[in-house]
Amino acid sequence: MDLVLQLLFTGIGIGAVYALVALGFVLIFRATNVVNFAQGEFSMVAAYLMVVFAVDLGWPYWLSFLLALGGMALLGAIFNLGVYYPLRHRTFLPVIIATIGASILLANSVLAIYGPQPQVLEGWFETPGIQLGPVYLDSQYLLIIAVTIVLVTFNYWFFEHTMLGKKLQATSQDKEMASLLGISVSTMIMITFIYSAVLGGLAGILVAPILFVSIQMGSTIALKAFAATIIGGFGDVAGAIIGGLALGIIETFGAAYVSVPYKDGFAFLVLVAFLVFRPQGIFGERVAEKA
Amino acid sequence: MSAPGENLAVTAALPRTKPLLWRHLPYFIGAAILVMLASTMEIDGYIHNILMQATTFAIAVFGLSVVLGLCGQINLAQAAFFGLGAYAVGLGTSDYHLSYWFCLAGGCVIALLAGAFLGMSTLRLGGHYLAMVTISFQQIVTLVMINSIWLTHGPDGVSRIGRPELFQSSQSYLAFCVAMLALVGYAVWHLSDMRLGRAMRAVRDNELAAGVVGIDVFRTKVSAFALSAVLGGLAGGLFAGGFAYVSPDQFSFAESVVFLTMSLLGGVASPIGSAIGTGLLILIPEWLRFLKSIPGLYLAIYGLSVILIIRYMPDGIWGFVNILTARWRGKPRMKLAAPGLQLAPATIGGDIVLSVKALSKHFGGLKAVDNVDFEVRRGGVHALIGPNGSGKTTTLNVLSGLYKATSGTVTLDGTDVTDMPPHQRAVAGLGRTFQNIRLFRSMTALENVVIGAERPGNTLIGRAGDDALNERAMSALSFVGLGTRAHELISSFSYGHQRLIEIARALAANPTLLLLDEPAAGLNSSEKLELHALLKRIAAQGLTILIIDHDMTLVSEAAQHITVLNFGRRIADGESMGVLRHPDVVSAYLGTE
Repeated sequence: MDLVLQLLFTGIGIGAVYALVALGFVLIFRATNVVNFAQGEFSMVAAYLMVVFAVDLGWPYWLSFLLALGGMALLGAIFNLGVYYPLRHRTFLPVIIATIGASILLANSVLAIYGPQPQVLEGWFETPGIQLGPVYLDSQYLLIIAVTIVLVTFNYWFFEHTMLGKKLQATSQDKEMASLLGISVSTMIMITFIYSAVLGGLAGILVAPILFVSIQMGSTIALKAFAATIIGGFGDVAGAIIGGLALGIIETFGAAYVSVPYKDGFAFLVLVAFLVFRPQGIFGERVAEKA
Repeated sequence: MSAPGENLAVTAALPRTKPLLWRHLPYFIGAAILVMLASTMEIDGYIHNILMQATTFAIAVFGLSVVLGLCGQINLAQAAFFGLGAYAVGLGTSDYHLSYWFCLAGGCVIALLAGAFLGMSTLRLGGHYLAMVTISFQQIVTLVMINSIWLTHGPDGVSRIGRPELFQSSQSYLAFCVAMLALVGYAVWHLSDMRLGRAMRAVRDNELAAGVVGIDVFRTKVSAFALSAVLGGLAGGLFAGGFAYVSPDQFSFAESVVFLTMSLLGGVASPIGSAIGTGLLILIPEWLRFLKSIPGLYLAIYGLSVILIIRYMPDGIWGFVNILTARWRGKPRMKLAAPGLQLAPATIGGDIVLSVKALSKHFGGLKAVDNVDFEVRRGGVHALIGPNGSGKTTTLNVLSGLYKATSGTVTLDGTDVTDMPPHQRAVAGLGRTFQNIRLFRSMTALENVVIGAERPGNTLIGRAGDDALNERAMSALSFVGLGTRAHELISSFSYGHQRLIEIARALAANPTLLLLDEPAAGLNSSEKLELHALLKRIAAQGLTILIIDHDMTLVSEAAQHITVLNFGRRIADGESMGVLRHPDVVSAYLGTE
């Protein structure tokens, strides 16, 4: 029982990371109808920025954190201008191929600059964690869960109760109508990309002390986050979060009870099971294309 | 209506095109020369390896040109399929001492099954699902290759891989691979003009339209994907025999990216482009070896190239060459003479062609169509009208199978089609056009109409070959007045003409019932007159038409029978003049006092 509780805590912690990246996926998907295959690389790049600022240059953790997030905002903007925006009037296939190209470019540029050796990033807190009854609560996992709760709450408040959030929603639902109402669609899409890059970056920085900082972390996280969005129902914000948590838990238990080397395979199995048996996910409902 | 006998007589009188193999003889002569060169020319080991790699990679890239180029579906696991074939040959010949041919065939079958399974689980959904699932699959295959050491030898890889008795020397084996390349290349090149290839292109251009002209969209996509996987497996098997050693890193996601880049660079739509892309991306890295000293730099450049190609050269090098040389190439001059269009709608179900009973379609709480009954009599024009939002187009979409009915039944010519997908309804005899025109935009007018003529269940075509299809398509285009422009691309036609091509596509299929969704929308007044005359000529041949439109002049003049919907319910039904005077209809259109 103790082990189960411990695994549950770890699963939720890792699932929260997937949920954050999945949220970035969903936001861009809703704004542009395109899945951004480089979403995972945002996490990876942010983790490397942290390594550069906090480890290599030795700057304070909070300053490095802010600089890394600033860097991600810049990357999100460049990504939009360089990859998505020129192709916005084309069909979805060229756009996803371009985002795949961008993902390869980002991962391998970092590899070329930093080399294949995985890097280590310390956690935010000096204290490693606290013992609560039978369960050991690692401080970094606690931080991840707390940040995720805060962000999800912020997300809800931002999209439902601020003018900017409502404009973003309007843009994602009907670009033409939004532009007729005087909303600058290109600005809204720019904001979406920047916000998603920052979210992805945040997830990467939070998870970096748990995993190693490596080139592969981007694609691994992206696959899990994508599986999470399908489990939850594509395009659904709540679904992405529930899906992320569910996947984190499944994977942690799978690694403990079934097989460690194939840990990353469970996401794929769950993904295929959902695609075959419930492609609309737990919450979502696919809407047929209008004839 | 004229007797079918006359029709056959005209067909026989037209000149036949020469047999295919005869026309393509130069290709086979060229291929034979290449095989001869490969088997006799003195080459050193280094050049031999490069040629071996280029030949096998090109076959794998042909696979991408089928799935991505022809069918518009993405495959980011081509290296995994390549690896399945390579490991089948590798492990089979070295560990289990099986025959090379058996292993090569086995590898293709394994790749086929894996491809079909992935495709079937994913291809009903949007393209981004396929992209992610193929990436996941790629990673699983790599995981298994590295970790299942009992089977795969893990990171050490497989060595001492055998070759067939017949091709023991590396030179003869290379010649064998070149011959395979030529054969596969021919098949892929020819595929786009075959029924399956046309179906793939139709699916790529417009899935909804492909469904309503009778193409099984899902099966076509799965076929394309499985075919691409098989070519990957075949290429991998050949590769393993050529190099006698394989290891997991040769089949990683990075290699899938390399295949994708080769395909995009050369031109995804054609096997010639695939060959160009493969050749360049194998040679360029050999010239720029210093780039390999920095890990990652290489693939970073590939990633950047993908973005740039997609943005600036979407059709690749070969597409670019094609555009440049277009003006020197002669336009295809086919005989434009075609017999008059015959329409011979099937008559199985008696006097009633379409019977709709208690049909409902609800979107959540919205009752878009609510308990509607009506019958369409054979051999006339029946109109379905109603104010905006009355449920007309929803009804049409339920009738053609794009939406699933919430309840009720739809019977077409005696067949219950209520639960059929669109393509099966097409087989049952339904044809339709769309309000917002849905043509296959990368094709010519003729090709669009040929795909219509190809409808399974078209009794006027049956199992006849390309000549009969082309002829029927020409007849249909001439019937709508566009016969002389048959070889022009869709984009060069005006909006009104595109509408006519869509009608020709439906007519060529020889449907039992033709659904026209607002055919007059967006037409100017002279085009409307032409449309009206066309409808008369169609009806004169005995084809039953169900038309939706807002143009009251057109509806009242063309239709003998009218059904009126308002707020999803039927408010009137009967002979047209009577219905238009019905007080409920007048108030629905003009409001009550």
